[in-house]
Amino acid sequence: MAIVIQNTPIAKNIYRLRVDCNDNLKAGQFYMLRAWGDNLTFSRPISICDKKDGEAVFVYEVKGRGTKIFSSLKTGDKIELMGPRGNGFDANAKRSVIISGGVGIAPLLLLAKQLKLNGAHITAFLGYREEEYLKEEISGYCDRVISHTGGFITDVIDEFNVDSVFICGPEMMMKKAYELYKNIGCEIFISVERRMACGIGACLGCNIATKSGNKKVCSDGPVFKAKDIFYE
Amino acid sequence: MNKLSIDFLDLKLKNPIIAASGTFAFGEEHAEFYDINCLGGISFKGLTLNKKDGNSGIRIWECEAGMLNSIGLENPGISSFIKKYKEYAKNIQTIKIINMGGSNLDEYTKGAIMLNKIDLDILELNISCPNVKSGGMAFGVCEDSAYEVTKAVKQKSRHKVMVKLSPNVTDIAAIAKACEEAGADALSLINTVQAMAVDIKNKKAVFDNVYAGLSGACIKPIALRMVHQVSKAVKIPIMGMGGVYTVQDVLEFMMAGASCVQVGTANFIDPVRLKSIINELEQYCKDEDLYLKDIINII
Repeated sequence: MAIVIQNTPIAKNIYRLRVDCNDNLKAGQFYMLRAWGDNLTFSRPISICDKKDGEAVFVYEVKGRGTKIFSSLKTGDKIELMGPRGNGFDANAKRSVIISGGVGIAPLLLLAKQLKLNGAHITAFLGYREEEYLKEEISGYCDRVISHTGGFITDVIDEFNVDSVFICGPEMMMKKAYELYKNIGCEIFISVERRMACGIGACLGCNIATKSGNKKVCSDGPVFKAKDIFYE
Repeated sequence: MNKLSIDFLDLKLKNPIIAASGTFAFGEEHAEFYDINCLGGISFKGLTLNKKDGNSGIRIWECEAGMLNSIGLENPGISSFIKKYKEYAKNIQTIKIINMGGSNLDEYTKGAIMLNKIDLDILELNISCPNVKSGGMAFGVCEDSAYEVTKAVKQKSRHKVMVKLSPNVTDIAAIAKACEEAGADALSLINTVQAMAVDIKNKKAVFDNVYAGLSGACIKPIALRMVHQVSKAVKIPIMGMGGVYTVQDVLEFMMAGASCVQVGTANFIDPVRLKSIINELEQYCKDEDLYLKDIINII
């Protein structure tokens, strides 16, 4: 059980939730969050957005009943955290590009921080539906930041001198971004989102078809090599 | 004497709490959270003769007080499972139940013969999965075919056979009797209730398979009614299931006629829920000075 330190809106339907947490974690990992009784069956998988001294930061979009409940949490309220789960990103790169679509920016903030710590050059392409958020925070770690609101973030991508690409956002966007980079010989990683029931690899509810057979997004992922997912 | 212990067939269960098939894989994931040997038993993820990749599209969906699933019996196949079974089984000191489905009689009997190679406590015959086209459920919805597949597996298997019944039938007591006549040693019920979810935005069914299996608290009253009906119709023991989340639910199922229960969906609410139920049951039986075996089938 964790305690809510702060829970505030940072854009339309987008909230930042800070909770007390001392876990060691990697960018791209997630927690199963829960703030209700048995009537709502599933906990909600939410990516880590940032890690500070004694606290974990989540940025989430209000999409349904669960995230609506999260949005009503107040400072001092209790929230259950199960995790960290999942593989996360390996922040090893020299010249990197990060590409986000919508709230997919959340795990990329901590990734940018970890890439920067490892001395990487970072270019960020941030796609938004209506308004910008987390741009200022992520800019602190990046060498160049290009944002685009409405339309397709893939239309403004212009950096191809790169060894690693990290993408998180809607699947169609991730596929389009993958297409731009797939023939230049760099590593391309995507973070996949799925509905989850157990979150620990037991139910097979979040499985995804990959080049080498079905994988569990919750425990084999959520980060995959893009070529293993977009293999057709 | 342990107030929670239950006799089921000739097996001694430490307690009546068994992890339900399909929600607990082969035990390894939950073993990370607690000592799974505290359980009365484990029903492993359903197996079929050949490997299955399961269903495409969305596989799980939340609903009021429950969930729908359309996993589609994804599993490695019986022969791959047998190769790994020793590794799974070596650390498990509780009742081991192997759940097996099939799409035709030949698959069921071949699977049963292969499973004679390993030691297990109960073979749970799944004739009730609603998520596989021409799958097990076809056998479970008709007395003649339920009799036929139970008889065929009993003839080939050296294990105790527990038939898992479908609720998607008009008269579950008649199906239960057919299985008993065919030689079933026990029954487990209910499997998920065939159900549907609609995506109004895209104006289509949520699941590629259209229909899926409903589980959780929302099906408990149906499950209780069916356990009660079956307990009046047969003499063989019953493992009850369908929306068991709490100690209260366990007691309800046992009073309605189940000797023990399987707990499935509750594992998703909380990965340590089964252990919590066992701890609370201990306290309850102590407070009430109650031996659980004494409440079975008292209604």
